[in-house]
Amino acid sequence: MNPELSVIGSGPAGLSAAVESAKYGVKVEVIDENILPGGQLFKQIHKFFGSKAHHAGIRGYDIGWKLLKEAEDVKVAIRLNTIAWGVFKSNSRSSIGLFDQQRVFLSKPKKLIVATGATENPLSFPGSTLPGVMGAGAVQTMINIHRVLPGRRVLMVGAGNVGLIVSYQLLQAGADVVAVVEAMPRIGGYLVHALKLMRAGIPILTSHTILEAKGDREVESATIAPLDKNGSIIGGGERELEVDLICLAVGLRPDAELCRMLGCRFTYVPLLGGHVPIHNEDMETTIPGVYVVGDASGVEEASVAMEEGRLAGISVAESLGYITEGEAENEKDKIRGRLRDFRIGPFGSPRQEGKNKILAEYRRWLHSEGRRSS
Amino acid sequence: MLRIYDHPILGKLRERRKVLIEVDGKRIEAYEGEPIAAALLAAGIRVFRYTVRRNEPRGLFCAIGRCTDCVMTVDGTPNIRTCITPVRDGMKVETQVGLGRWGKTR
Repeated sequence: MNPELSVIGSGPAGLSAAVESAKYGVKVEVIDENILPGGQLFKQIHKFFGSKAHHAGIRGYDIGWKLLKEAEDVKVAIRLNTIAWGVFKSNSRSSIGLFDQQRVFLSKPKKLIVATGATENPLSFPGSTLPGVMGAGAVQTMINIHRVLPGRRVLMVGAGNVGLIVSYQLLQAGADVVAVVEAMPRIGGYLVHALKLMRAGIPILTSHTILEAKGDREVESATIAPLDKNGSIIGGGERELEVDLICLAVGLRPDAELCRMLGCRFTYVPLLGGHVPIHNEDMETTIPGVYVVGDASGVEEASVAMEEGRLAGISVAESLGYITEGEAENEKDKIRGRLRDFRIGPFGSPRQEGKNKILAEYRRWLHSEGRRSS
Repeated sequence: MLRIYDHPILGKLRERRKVLIEVDGKRIEAYEGEPIAAALLAAGIRVFRYTVRRNEPRGLFCAIGRCTDCVMTVDGTPNIRTCITPVRDGMKVETQVGLGRWGKTR
């Protein structure tokens, strides 16, 4: 049987979207290729930031449990271990190609929400493909969910929030963090996270980069070097650190291939991780009935992802006639207000600019579509 | 052992049923339901495969099923993403060379 709404991805954005729409009566099915739902929430063992409305002070995995409970309460069906390998446009509907490890089949929902998250960026340097060079988020998954250390002596590359938080979590897991290198002249992440590392005596080397990973078949050492103010390597300053794990925390990029397959329009916003689908204030893409939420619509934070999910969920309930436009607008205004609150300050406002660009591109596209059809 | 038994936030490691898997003919212990990659790391194994043309070692990179660097031959089927595939008792895992070779599947 076809659900009214399919949500691809059961992370914070997807679950929030599903819960919100199901609350109003929409029959929704969530698809996820993983064995467990929750996306990357369960590896976030630190407390979240922001105001109360943004779950401040609550650890990521507790937010995960809360969302799963809500999903159960409103009878959201979650189909796990199922890969959404493609989407196709047929008439006004989208068909989703699924594989549940046994059979391949199509699902034809009325509405589709893409909540497929993001992928960590790699970084290329000699030795960067050696086993022992891993994404920082990957290491976080291994230590916090599977409780296994991929190495004992660690070099972290990148001092943004991910680099800082994962470094601290590596300490909590019992590893030695030898250093954090950051190519920029400043620490990119929140100061509280950096201070925790500094108090533990971990050097955070700004204006430093990794030159090479060495080892016979696995990482045995890393060579780092200082950079001048133009970002060029200062010769003679190279140092070799004995490490067996190199973590790359050099940003993420949106995973929105399903939108690409459907022919959604994209735009390039470096501040949000790169190529992102254009969407309107309801998170609807340039293909009517197809929405994109969370990191797939621009890399931000879990708190933002959940709000975006709710926005799309309400919009779907509205477009399927479960709530009136008035009710929907009222709810959407509240969410948009919270999103605006989140996107202020030195960390938030650049993301607001990025989002504004996406919305402006959508309006431009709508205008040109209108001209073409008239 | 590289298992994290005690954790200041997460507490003690929950005891679960253990299973045995065979890695290149050697038997190692794993926790039921954990990904193959986690069991291998816990046993100190980090080289999962060798590349097609240059025969370079590769291991776990993204751990969420995106990058495919961690693929191995599992129960005779090559190119299995070990980071998102759970272990099963008696599973046969082989270091993959190149594109791997199809063997006797279960």
